[in-house]
Amino acid sequence: MGEHGAAVPRGSPRSSEAGVAMTERARSVEQLLAAKEIVICCGSGGVGKTSTAAAAGVMSAVALGAKTLVLTVDPARRLADALGVGAFGNVEHQVAPAAFKEAGVEPRGELWAAMLDTKQSWDELVLRHAPDRATADRILSNPLYQNVAGRFVQSHEYIAMERLYEVHASGRYDLIVVDTPPTRNAADFLKAPDRMADFFASRLLRWLTMPARSRLLNLASRPFYQVADRILGSQFLEDIAEFFLLFQSMYDGFSERAVAVERLLHDRRTTFLVVTTLEAAPLREAESFLAALTESGYHPGALVLNKTLPAYLREPRLAGVAERLAADAPALAGAAGADVGPAPATTRVLREVAESFLNFAVVAKREAEQRAELGSVPDVVVNVPYFDDDIADLAGLLRLGRAIW
Amino acid sequence: MTDLLDRRLLIVTGKGGVGKSTVAAALALLAAGRGKRTLACEVDAKGDLASLFETEPLAFAPRPIFPGVWGMAMHAEDSLDEYLRLQLHLPGIGRIGPLAKAFDFVATAAPGVREILTIGKLAYEVRERHYDLVVADASATGHVIGQLTAPQAINSLVRVGGIRSQTDWVLDILGDAALTGLVIVTTPEEMPVRETIELVERARQETNVALAAVVVNRVLPELFSHADEAVFERLREPAVMERLAAAAGGVAAEDVASVLDAARLAVTLRRSRTAHLELLRESIGASVPLLYLPELFTRGYGRRSTAQVAEALGAELGY
Repeated sequence: MGEHGAAVPRGSPRSSEAGVAMTERARSVEQLLAAKEIVICCGSGGVGKTSTAAAAGVMSAVALGAKTLVLTVDPARRLADALGVGAFGNVEHQVAPAAFKEAGVEPRGELWAAMLDTKQSWDELVLRHAPDRATADRILSNPLYQNVAGRFVQSHEYIAMERLYEVHASGRYDLIVVDTPPTRNAADFLKAPDRMADFFASRLLRWLTMPARSRLLNLASRPFYQVADRILGSQFLEDIAEFFLLFQSMYDGFSERAVAVERLLHDRRTTFLVVTTLEAAPLREAESFLAALTESGYHPGALVLNKTLPAYLREPRLAGVAERLAADAPALAGAAGADVGPAPATTRVLREVAESFLNFAVVAKREAEQRAELGSVPDVVVNVPYFDDDIADLAGLLRLGRAIW
Repeated sequence: MTDLLDRRLLIVTGKGGVGKSTVAAALALLAAGRGKRTLACEVDAKGDLASLFETEPLAFAPRPIFPGVWGMAMHAEDSLDEYLRLQLHLPGIGRIGPLAKAFDFVATAAPGVREILTIGKLAYEVRERHYDLVVADASATGHVIGQLTAPQAINSLVRVGGIRSQTDWVLDILGDAALTGLVIVTTPEEMPVRETIELVERARQETNVALAAVVVNRVLPELFSHADEAVFERLREPAVMERLAAAAGGVAAEDVASVLDAARLAVTLRRSRTAHLELLRESIGASVPLLYLPELFTRGYGRRSTAQVAEALGAELGY
């Protein structure tokens, strides 16, 4: 098991003063989640973000007794099966209490899960914000819509935040855990609501959607139009213009919503779990993401260091033992006895064992070094050990969940 | 079959976290070592390639970062600027105020524009023959298909205009298997393997780019043969560990146990990945070269580890 909460020493005087319990800083993911309504899991791709989000959700339902929703993006198939979301997509769906019983626990709360389907979420958004059903239908059937909705102003990120807002506003859950989409840059999704609002307020959109004749007469935009025309062709510009003209009818709904989403993300009830491994690139991204969170006034809650190797690999004493096993392998093979195996085989095995230990020790030391060099980190830092298999069921999620707790 | 490094453009992709940039850097290093002038291009501009060469952040203008290797970072705006000046003979983007400001929105609104500027720049470098090889540390699996199919997307949406007339030669370069190859990097884990299989399928169906290789990164060594593993298991019996500790002199039996535990962890990690590797091999078929890079247990990240990966890759390619 990892060393929990390394950044804040346990048993510091504050924790014994019952009166300050409300303002006391969280020392574990458990304490953090107990006081929050929204947890956003973020980090670069391949670090175990989706599993961590699911595990945090499971623990919140089991140990905190909360009615919890895990909003996930692209889970591995077996993880999706474990959450039972494979067949349900955008629809929120309760994980059967029987499945918990099978995994040996009796949850006091409820675990719900939904998978974020970007296209479907966009369609729902259009239906909600369009002034009338006819406009909505025209947008949905526009040939550019599908292409644009998929790429438009980091639409995955925006949709994730928008959906989060919607669910939170419904008041159906005590805690919502959100897995963020894999982005080129972890901080992208924070800017998504802002960029969406900017886009609708932009001069470009107004220009694109003004009648074609006045667009040509508009002197300020003429050089731009000429260049755009030469690159893209005027027919295509007209196609885009028609599409955005329809889209603009949703302006009020969108821009109000973008502001509200932004406010919710900044709320104290919203916290962030930044997930990373101790490899150079993801760790660098996690650090800059933590800095960006703090700088922009969000509330980073915990740093989860995933897939860390066991601490004993860094023990110099054990490295000495490994070296000894390799150096004296023939003699030690004799001492082990013939019932273990033929002496040459035992010798070979002892050398392999020693070499493997020393190899993994190099990686473990590199990880510890990376960990030590981390700049400012949140109050809660957890190490999650390297589990030997992918998560296949609730029991696997519980195992991971207990490691972050 | 065309030798991997004899192509002119290698587009390296893979799920986040699998070591895509490391393999791209290693390919560039390997090519340079074989006397090729190589351009390494960081498409997502996150700085991974720069840190693997231990150099300052890369810019759009290529600069030497290692003997035989030039480095650049893709910026769609700069690429547009270059395109306007060189291909359309228009003043640069800086001269057209509203365009510079609005580009981001136009690029997002018009599908394929940002992508064509990326893939177009790579193809342009191939066409102009400034380098023998261009290695692109491309976008992750989710975005790369959009980049590779950008010329077709533009063709289907834009019926006339400057971009339309420029897509044909880009398509020719991308579609020539002797010139261009896609390299997919993965690790032997569930999600990366799943994404690789899906990407291989999509690349075949949706793009005209040939799949040059699948690189499996961080393959853990097989420690024991079947017979040796039985010996290993017997070594872990408490009485045997006591005997080993006593014979080694001044060593605690628990410490011997810990060292053996580490080997057990290594065996388990390796084993849990074997099934994923088998699935990968079955799914992509025999026509695609599958290259294995061992877990290198390196001390750090930088030129040293990049060189080690390049060496392992060279060995795998039979150099």
